[in-house]
Amino acid sequence: MADKPSFELTDLDGSSCRYPAPEPSLICFVKEDCETCNTAAPVINAFYKAYGKSANVWMISQSADGSVILKDRHNLTLPILDDSDLKTSFAYDFNIVPAVFWCPDGQTVDTTFEGFVKQEWQDLSQVMATSLNTDAAPVDWAALPDWRPGCGSKHLDPEINERLKAEADDSPIRARKIEIASADDVAEFMFDQGFSDGLPLVPPTPERVLRMLSGTRRNPKEVIAQMPPNMGDATIEKIAINAVMAGCKPEYLPVVIASIEAICTDAFNVHGVMATTMGASPVLVVNGPIRERIGMNSGLMALGAGNRANATIGRAVRLAVRNIGGSRPGGTDRSTMGSPLKFTMCFAEREERSDWSPLHVERGFKAEDSVVTAFAMTSGPSLIVDQESREPDEIAGTLGLGLESVFLSKYHMLPVDTLLVVCPEHIDTLMKDGPYSKERLRERVQEVTQKPLRDMVANQVSGAGMTRAAAAKLSDEQLDRIVPKFASTDYIHIVVAGSDAGKFSGAFHGWVTGEIGSQSVSRKIEEI
Amino acid sequence: MTIILDPTDETVPVNRQITPRDGQVSGVVGLMDIRKPRGNILLDELERLLSDRMPGIEVRRFAKPTFAKPCPDDLRAQMKAECDFVIEGLAD
Repeated sequence: MADKPSFELTDLDGSSCRYPAPEPSLICFVKEDCETCNTAAPVINAFYKAYGKSANVWMISQSADGSVILKDRHNLTLPILDDSDLKTSFAYDFNIVPAVFWCPDGQTVDTTFEGFVKQEWQDLSQVMATSLNTDAAPVDWAALPDWRPGCGSKHLDPEINERLKAEADDSPIRARKIEIASADDVAEFMFDQGFSDGLPLVPPTPERVLRMLSGTRRNPKEVIAQMPPNMGDATIEKIAINAVMAGCKPEYLPVVIASIEAICTDAFNVHGVMATTMGASPVLVVNGPIRERIGMNSGLMALGAGNRANATIGRAVRLAVRNIGGSRPGGTDRSTMGSPLKFTMCFAEREERSDWSPLHVERGFKAEDSVVTAFAMTSGPSLIVDQESREPDEIAGTLGLGLESVFLSKYHMLPVDTLLVVCPEHIDTLMKDGPYSKERLRERVQEVTQKPLRDMVANQVSGAGMTRAAAAKLSDEQLDRIVPKFASTDYIHIVVAGSDAGKFSGAFHGWVTGEIGSQSVSRKIEEI
Repeated sequence: MTIILDPTDETVPVNRQITPRDGQVSGVVGLMDIRKPRGNILLDELERLLSDRMPGIEVRRFAKPTFAKPCPDDLRAQMKAECDFVIEGLAD
């Protein structure tokens, strides 16, 4: 059993050289632009002249041009093997060149070292001479420096190393590799394949996907969900590929993974969310310390463009649903109008800007946990403008009136989620006389939106709402009953986001909420 | 040449063959209500017509718990086991 990975490399004459070998073998890795390798090269050639009759003495060069240059520069006569693809260097897993491996039986490493410590090289020469029962190589040791540091091996250059890792036998990459001819435009090719949401994609090369996978400790092969409608296996690797395409940084990946875990639950029901003609899509709210760590935006323009983390995390989730799950417009995605939410919608809550418990704490997590919460929403943010209110109940009333338009202002007692995003200036007005709890705000929403049931009955203005036939079965007393906008305050979810300037809050309007539709789901985000 | 990794679930599309039609309807015909509003009205009418015109067949009714979610595996297996034909009332 050989100590080191086997190789078959060719020298400058095209002859093949193999390890393990039947003969004793000295294997020396060098690169041409390393000064220390140039110090060592004549020594190795002297070893070849002295020991080459009864042993292999191989210099393995890390570039094709370098092999020729080294040979000419030092008048080398020994076999210089080509490892310009660096796969053998990578497999031998050393850090510094020159790197030396002496195998007296052709396969077992007896002596190994890196760099140039004269004593080590002298000792090696003696060991080889003894082992081969011959005279020591005539080297002018006195003319050589006692010590000289080597150079970093070329296979450790970051870009090269990532390619080598991706190509290695134990590579975490398992996804099908798609070769795109150099004459083809990669961006156009990806559009043609249907991978895109309509915007350009970052090509998911193996190197980029490996870098993306460095953002999580989870096994790339782990299947975290069967994603509908095709019930495709959502592996960490496939999610990473889609995260690369979306433009994510590796540190965003845990948020993308947790979001996909959340939406692929029976409660969230991403299949229904994506398929509905109403045109729903996940709205993702991130809480906890990861917001700061990965640079998410909870302030100015938090719900808009401009922040890479916000934009690309939401997009990665949507691309995963499209590519892994197979949910595509005109396929199972049957949205009548569509919505910009279907591109991306992810933002961080500005937890520090109010006295309220942040969303994740309300939902049972610790403040120091990082959590993503997914809501199925059909529209928003729908702006709620109030620059005049100065009293807490007035601004709370405004926020309530702003929610009248969920689905249709005529509809009341809706069993439908809404996500109210309150801006800091509205928070200041709400809290000006002291704490104003979220529950009080929810009740205020219900209070200011209440109307008699008869206002919901179909009429000449609008045929929507309760049918005339159903209304005919109700008494006047029943029709006069006052009903609020939402069937329960549980449907009113509240977070804080936005900049310090501007009295503009916003609301997302939900889809069918509950077991027959979608329920919001929170998932803790992996800590790295 | 650029190499990229496939972002999809890599399922190769399979050409599905429909069951051969011999022009006859016999055995059990399942009527599947996905629970969209008024789907039951359509299927009631179909059941009446089938029973009038094909007295030899048996009609069985099935319903998904909600139109918004995929058909539960058990229900799918039950229909496959019990029915020779299935008619599904799809969408509005």
